[in-house]
Amino acid sequence: MSTQEEMLSGIKDVPLESNQGDPLIAIRDLKVHFNLGGGRVVKAVDGVTLNIYRGETLGLVGESGCGKSTLGRAILRLTEPTAGHVMFRDRDLAQLSRRQMREQRRHLQIIFQDPYASLNPRMTVGEIVREPLDTFRLAKGRKAQERVQELMETVGLSKRFIKRYPHEFSGGQRQRIGIARALAVDPDFIVADEPISALDVSIQAQILNLLEKLQREKNLTYLFISHDLRAVRHAASRVAVMYLGKIVEIANAKAIYDDPLMPYTKALISAVPVPDPTVESTRKRMVLEGDVPSPINPPNGCRFHTRCPYAIEACKEVVPPLVEIKPNHFAACIRISPEQPQIESVAPGPDAAPGIIS
Amino acid sequence: MSTGNGNLLEVRDLRTYFHTEDGTVKAVDGVTFNLRRGETLGIVGESGSGKSVTTLSIIRLIQSPPGQIVSGEVVFDGRDILRLTENEVRRIRGRRIAMIFQDPMTSLNPFMKISRQLMEMTRLHLGHSKAQAYAHAVKMLETVGIPDPRKRADDYPHEFSGGMRQRVMIGMALSCQPELLIADEPTTALDVTIQAQILELIKTLKQETGTSVILITHDLGVVAGMTDHLIVMYAGKVFEQAPTRELFAVPGNPYTKGLLRSVPDPTSARGTLYQIRGLPPDVAHLPPGCPFAPRCDRVEEICHREFPPFVRLTPDHSSLCHFAGEVYEESRLEREAISGQ
Repeated sequence: MSTQEEMLSGIKDVPLESNQGDPLIAIRDLKVHFNLGGGRVVKAVDGVTLNIYRGETLGLVGESGCGKSTLGRAILRLTEPTAGHVMFRDRDLAQLSRRQMREQRRHLQIIFQDPYASLNPRMTVGEIVREPLDTFRLAKGRKAQERVQELMETVGLSKRFIKRYPHEFSGGQRQRIGIARALAVDPDFIVADEPISALDVSIQAQILNLLEKLQREKNLTYLFISHDLRAVRHAASRVAVMYLGKIVEIANAKAIYDDPLMPYTKALISAVPVPDPTVESTRKRMVLEGDVPSPINPPNGCRFHTRCPYAIEACKEVVPPLVEIKPNHFAACIRISPEQPQIESVAPGPDAAPGIIS
Repeated sequence: MSTGNGNLLEVRDLRTYFHTEDGTVKAVDGVTFNLRRGETLGIVGESGSGKSVTTLSIIRLIQSPPGQIVSGEVVFDGRDILRLTENEVRRIRGRRIAMIFQDPMTSLNPFMKISRQLMEMTRLHLGHSKAQAYAHAVKMLETVGIPDPRKRADDYPHEFSGGMRQRVMIGMALSCQPELLIADEPTTALDVTIQAQILELIKTLKQETGTSVILITHDLGVVAGMTDHLIVMYAGKVFEQAPTRELFAVPGNPYTKGLLRSVPDPTSARGTLYQIRGLPPDVAHLPPGCPFAPRCDRVEEICHREFPPFVRLTPDHSSLCHFAGEVYEESRLEREAISGQ
């Protein structure tokens, strides 16, 4: 097996952030294609290259069908990648046998959107949280029992609930159970896939705060997947934007929200309603025409060109690479460059779909 | 027209209960509000707060049993809907009050062409001939921004994307030029860029037609940009009511305040979010006193014992809280401190 350095040096065009140290997880040219037959292929993830650094929360945003959940699952091999590499502790997770991969899951965990569907309804909370301890032979008997109680306490569940079943809990409490189960193995890395989307507003804040507290205490690294851009702004240190299987922009969270470069990111950020009537009444909004195209046989060239107000002829042909437009701020758009980073100063496309600026 | 005070809708002390095995759920318990002509009213609340049951009661769509409108008045253009016959209600529903729901797929008939579903509305309510109704259906699809409406009219619902289906629903709802449009979480199932399109569409159509709108949502961001007035509901009760700007600027209720503070602000950075502790209430087993007391930051002994008064803070701003005046004053001072910086 090759070492991480060899792996990484063998692949070109890796947008590497400076001053970030070694990544905990290095994803290289990862692809997940689903063959539907009849020449129809869903390219859910289509050549994603990303670094996830130790102790950070990388936010992954995009609209439904963009491939963000598939990417999260492919890292953990819950969905098998079609091609590419996922480097973790000098191993390429994508190349491991199933048995080897199962061992690695001790370090890599996931929290799901629907905490009810992801908990076995016939197991008590105690059994659910204990199961990973048994699977990985991490604790037995009395020790395991103590560990379960400790985990429940960590996520804010009373020990009294240990013999109860998932249906006896509210959505927020179920999400806490899911988090306790993920923490049982003391993982390094957690994929949080829409962890608060199914929860009430007042409960979302509780879970976001819990995740942040756990990260501080246990030096966890998160991939935080969500369509809720407000939650991601709050939770993430860096944010990657995905559109139809590709990463189209990546930078630290502040830069993504205050100074988005790629037209799709601009539209996405400007579509987020701000909970402030004064701001809402004055802000300009870039409203996109049309829907996200089908991920089955997506558009050629830049996949956003069908909805982009700035698209020109070349955008239909050239697949734009991620380019470091500003320091540590990467965007995939051929119409901008380090010399000309603002898309607004570029002429709109001749026959491009008009974006309404209202 | 006949009310003379500019109110299209006046809801008085509405109570809708559900009789379940688990006891009586007072889903809506004493809701009162007015909606002026041409105005957009937002109703905000978490699941189980009673926001949807309130509007379903207004158009008499509560299934009975288990539901029952126990008391109250819903005066629409001078007439109490709760006292009309079923036939009279049917002439108002769809014609003068229209409704769109969160999931357009479940409100459209999957076996019927879009055109036929749109035609049903105007043939029934406006007495259109087949040809008139078809032409009107195509016109409505065009109005709501369906590309190539003449061709798309004969498609089935599954042939449209989620955003396009919601447009069809809006077209259908507006096809009889209703005076009131009730939109229940109209964008919750949609992506943000599509949500922006739909909200923009509702705004534009409202300006063009002068329709009054009730917008139900859990999203404080959506109501901020869309509504003139807001109602905040919790456990079947109106907790606070005010013009939208006022409510965001100087909330007079601890629950509203908590809700506003617990939403991540997309314009600001990390840090611990304010969180409302505890869980939403079990509406079948509410504690005595204030239903929010077990979760409230500034709870005092009286809150557990006595149901709070609905305090009028300004002529159009009221709050259900024993300490409404103080909370309001606090918010005002915080506001001044921020703008003084």
